[in-house]
Amino acid sequence: MTTTIDPPERRETAVDKLRNGRAAVADRWHHAPRWVRWVLLAAVIVFFYALPNKEFYQYLGPIPTPGANFTQVLFTVSIYVLLAVGLNIVVGFAGLLDLGYFGFFAVGAYTVAVLTSPSSNLKTLWPWLLVVPIAIALTMVSGVMLGTPTLRLRGDYLALVTLGFAEMIRIAAVSSTFLKGQRGFSEIPHPPGKYADGRPFFGVLDARPYYWLVLTLIILVVIGVRNLTHSRVGRAWISIREDEDAAQLMGVPTFKFKLWAFASGAAIAGLAGALFAGKQNFVNSQNFELLNSIIILAAVIFGGSGNIVGAIVGGGLVAYMIERFRGIELFGIELYEYRFLFFGLVLVIMMIFRPQGLIPNRRRAAEFKDRRKEVIVGE
Amino acid sequence: MLLEIEDVSLLYGRIQALHGISLTVDEGEIVALIGANGAGKSTTMRAISGIRPVATGSIKFAGEDITKLRADLRVRRGLCQAPEGRGIFPGMSVLENLDMGAYTRRDKAGIAQDLARVLDLFPRLAERRKQAGGTLSGGEQQMLAVGRALMSRPKLLLLDEPSMGLAPMLIQQIFTIITEINQQGTTVLLVEQNAQQALARAHRAYVLETGRIVKSGTGAELLHDPSVKEAYLGVA
Repeated sequence: MTTTIDPPERRETAVDKLRNGRAAVADRWHHAPRWVRWVLLAAVIVFFYALPNKEFYQYLGPIPTPGANFTQVLFTVSIYVLLAVGLNIVVGFAGLLDLGYFGFFAVGAYTVAVLTSPSSNLKTLWPWLLVVPIAIALTMVSGVMLGTPTLRLRGDYLALVTLGFAEMIRIAAVSSTFLKGQRGFSEIPHPPGKYADGRPFFGVLDARPYYWLVLTLIILVVIGVRNLTHSRVGRAWISIREDEDAAQLMGVPTFKFKLWAFASGAAIAGLAGALFAGKQNFVNSQNFELLNSIIILAAVIFGGSGNIVGAIVGGGLVAYMIERFRGIELFGIELYEYRFLFFGLVLVIMMIFRPQGLIPNRRRAAEFKDRRKEVIVGE
Repeated sequence: MLLEIEDVSLLYGRIQALHGISLTVDEGEIVALIGANGAGKSTTMRAISGIRPVATGSIKFAGEDITKLRADLRVRRGLCQAPEGRGIFPGMSVLENLDMGAYTRRDKAGIAQDLARVLDLFPRLAERRKQAGGTLSGGEQQMLAVGRALMSRPKLLLLDEPSMGLAPMLIQQIFTIITEINQQGTTVLLVEQNAQQALARAHRAYVLETGRIVKSGTGAELLHDPSVKEAYLGVA
């Protein structure tokens, strides 16, 4: 009789064990001396720089993707990570629900395409590097244009308007002759740079340089975002997310800071779009489905919105998981076809057991508790 | 006059919440605004702090017309509200909440001085300085809201139902603190359902009924007014 344990209790302990384990890791990390943290961080960064080399990843067991070129996959994943870091500013820090974030990515990619490609009507044929800042500026402007009328409103309006915006961009890409629809823009120039022997550094076959470029930019963007969140701007964002009325009563110009968050998020998406166009060499309307916006949002929430590390891990894991299903067959079924089924399942399980995300922000966790209390009080 | 409100009306969609309210607050006073649930007390506060735009009328603060001024700029002018109930930032610690109160200020020495003063006024908050705001009890949250508003060093402190949901002993305590704050030089406009305490502490008071001011006078006058007694003090 002593062997019977009722199941809910057992499940509790398993979840608890996991939770305690994570808490212990976090605790050790926070109490480790500074140099240990720096060394570990450096090791992680070196690992990710080394990752796309076949000499390295062939020893990593099941990690490389069987059905796709692993280096290509890594590039895609890195773009998603960059996007997740950007969206995290909007959703995680300022608490604005943006359902059309991929629209800004499209604006960035198309700006590069239109200004550089020989198949564009403009025939400007500018070099890639020159167009990148223009792409970033244009996405920022589109963010401000979209945000100015909508950020004055509260609640769900923003979600709807951003959803509409992304669809507008997509439909414009599909049907306008200027944006070339399915035919798209070809021969978009690559980023500049040559090896010593004269071969271009950013070529067609090898995706590694592009991955390294995006990885470097991710590091720079993360440093920038981190500094921002530790400043008055970051405090203003958090206060807006936690209680917009109270923030205003403390003298925070809420509209201005919401617009700031929205525009800086958009700028990062524009940068990601420009990188994507520079690597892909070809941009057409099929690159920008609504699903992508949802995936990035899910990645941010999955990782732990409001936490930069959470956004990185979320973006990386989600993009990787989707690609990982490629080329796996189970009982004659290609699992890749069902990737979003698994993805949805993981999200549902996640929201039940850990609604604050994998690596939550300490504050966000407290906010969640507070909101739950409110719900109970409201009943 | 520090605050002068003239003939202010306010609409929530099609519902008129305030029908031409006029009131004044003089420097150094505690003024109370009493009334039943839904009389428009909190709405009046929102109009003053600028969270809701007014339909007609004017609001003057320290001689300046602030009717159309944005809420955050009103804070910079020295008008700060401790919002009703859960107006604190749940994820921020007590200290971070207080720090947000001083958001508009840049004088580090002055902020440190005011922080010491607030922690002195509310020893409870000093004990819980590292705790997340959302995990505090109702009374502690209320104290935090008042303390945070003080951190902006306001000329006029707006308090929306500071005694709401508190145990009788805590109510006594918070009103004592309000008087203390006032004696230290801050003008206070107070919205209360707890008319007994509010009228006893206030220099002057207004009675609000369905969006209109129906009575005004000194606190003592209203405390002994038969109709006020009957309606708000529960004495026949």
